Amino acid sequence: MSPKQYWSFNVKFVTLLLSIWAFVSFGCGMVFAPWLDQFKLIGTEYPLGFWFAQQGSIYVFVILIVTYVVVMNRVDKKYKGDSQ
Amino acid sequence: MNVQEWTFLLVAFTFALYIGVAIWSRAKSTGEFYVAGKHVSPLANGMATAADWMSAASFISMAGLIAFLGMDGSVYLMGWTGGYVLLALLIAPYLRKFGKFTVPDFIGDRYASQTARIVAVVCAIFISFTYIAGQMRGVGVVFSRFLEVDITLGVIIGMGIVFFYAVLGGMKGITYTQVVQYCVLIIAYTIPAFFLAFMVTGNPIPQLALGSTDEAGIGLLAKLDGMLSDLGFGAYTGYNQSMLNIVCITGALMLGTAGLPHVIIRFFTVKRVKDARSSAGWALLFIALLYTTAPAIAVFARTNMLNTVPGVAYANAPSWVHTWEESGLISYNDLNNDGIIDYAPDATNELIIDRDIMVLANPEIAGLPDWVVALVAAGGLAAALSTAAGLLLVISSAVSHDLVKRVFKPDISEKGELRFARIAAACAIICAGLLGIWPPDYVAAVVAFAFGLAAASFFPAIMLGIFWKRFNAAGAIVGMLVGILFTGSYIIYFKFMGGSQEDWLFGISPEGIGIIGMLLNFGIAVPVSILTKPPSEEIQQLVEDIRLPEVD
Repeated sequence: MSPKQYWSFNVKFVTLLLSIWAFVSFGCGMVFAPWLDQFKLIGTEYPLGFWFAQQGSIYVFVILIVTYVVVMNRVDKKYKGDSQ
Repeated sequence: MNVQEWTFLLVAFTFALYIGVAIWSRAKSTGEFYVAGKHVSPLANGMATAADWMSAASFISMAGLIAFLGMDGSVYLMGWTGGYVLLALLIAPYLRKFGKFTVPDFIGDRYASQTARIVAVVCAIFISFTYIAGQMRGVGVVFSRFLEVDITLGVIIGMGIVFFYAVLGGMKGITYTQVVQYCVLIIAYTIPAFFLAFMVTGNPIPQLALGSTDEAGIGLLAKLDGMLSDLGFGAYTGYNQSMLNIVCITGALMLGTAGLPHVIIRFFTVKRVKDARSSAGWALLFIALLYTTAPAIAVFARTNMLNTVPGVAYANAPSWVHTWEESGLISYNDLNNDGIIDYAPDATNELIIDRDIMVLANPEIAGLPDWVVALVAAGGLAAALSTAAGLLLVISSAVSHDLVKRVFKPDISEKGELRFARIAAACAIICAGLLGIWPPDYVAAVVAFAFGLAAASFFPAIMLGIFWKRFNAAGAIVGMLVGILFTGSYIIYFKFMGGSQEDWLFGISPEGIGIIGMLLNFGIAVPVSILTKPPSEEIQQLVEDIRLPEVD
């Protein structure tokens, strides 16, 4: 893996994760929240938009960082292996 | 033992712990003083970052704020957590690879410009002092209410403790005390929440309890919505502000979080790039524990309050109403002289409750055991002190490292710089103490400043510096200045010079204007950079280098 490939993968991957980040918070937690509120989170009394705004988006944020850490650690290893 | 004895015991115990940790982790070099020798493990750094980040505002004020704002309070929840995704993906790993000590270090070296460095130093110091004022007020509130100590004495005791471990231990001392402080504050925050959740719903996990039903089988949130609409308030679970404003405030808080120097500086303290990434993950996980509990506490508190106070005769009001009335944070004004507490959204309202007391008073409101009440006091102090210490370090390193060492006296010895760092930390503590004893009455307003400025100045300068090789000093400086001037004057005009709400640009409140400042920064920095000379070969090489993981 060349430095160029490493970087372009990183940029694409970050873009993907940030689109999810924006969709969950600005989308589900804000803009679509009033519409989502007509549904309830399965098995609970949470209106769905409210859940995204005050609980769900935070869980998704944690998952996004964990995904980034795990994937990039693998890619780092590959990059280091190839450059030795 | 009564509440006060428990509080003395717990506060004294935690303070002794912090001092013990400080003695164990003294700093012997500037590297240890600024970045804890870059030896901190990701897990410890995650905890320290969480404690650093969660201030008196998060611990004491946030749940109360949400309790009264309802869905509108989501901007704080998403804003103050979402920024960590930006930090982990766009900033932390690269700045760690860059490998110096401070944010102005990066700005100054990346743009090879002393002007940029000094702009960054001024922003860092301003942002940090703004923030510290709030922490010291938090310390004062806790001391005066729970220990019945004079606020001034409370602030002096708090400052004394921070002085001890920040001046002695620098970042190393601060980091390890923050680890302990995180444990104290999260235990103090979640234990009352477990009790409350269990009492209200029979489910002890607050995050699940919030989405469940009470004993009568009615959804907790639906019930609260109903109670509020009976009193004439808007629904708890729906936004009551314009969506554009909600989006802008959340965005400004997210980008501000990612640009706050005391948070960024924590990622310099770990060993490798990969540790910087994973400590951002740990940090957000630890923060999420508190941030997902807060909305539950908010609902329990608001429901409890509505159940016990409105429509009750003042003489029969629960005892916490009277105790907090003494501290001036609750006031009751019997407008219609009927002796009954009327609570309403309009002019007939007779009860004014300071939002800050919700978390502190909650255990009392719910009648929890005395030691739980005391624990909350110790937790509030841990939150305030840990954040204050982190901010003090930014101020001290900005002065001793970025100004003295990098601008005025580059040939200063290691020992001399360390002495300067300690003196700067000591002076900063004294200033912060004075701000705590005589708090400017616009504390809340200036916090909008800290976030707005961080979003409008640091975030674009750091991000473009990493992701766009061609970005140069001219673009960065012009961008930062435009961002700061626009955001700063908007906030000053509407917060301090009496600008009226009708004149808000697109209806965006001063709290959210940082996002427009940031867009302006990007919008001007990019063309200016394209029209001027590209950065030197050396700088471009530096950028290439920070993008890649270290090969060891």
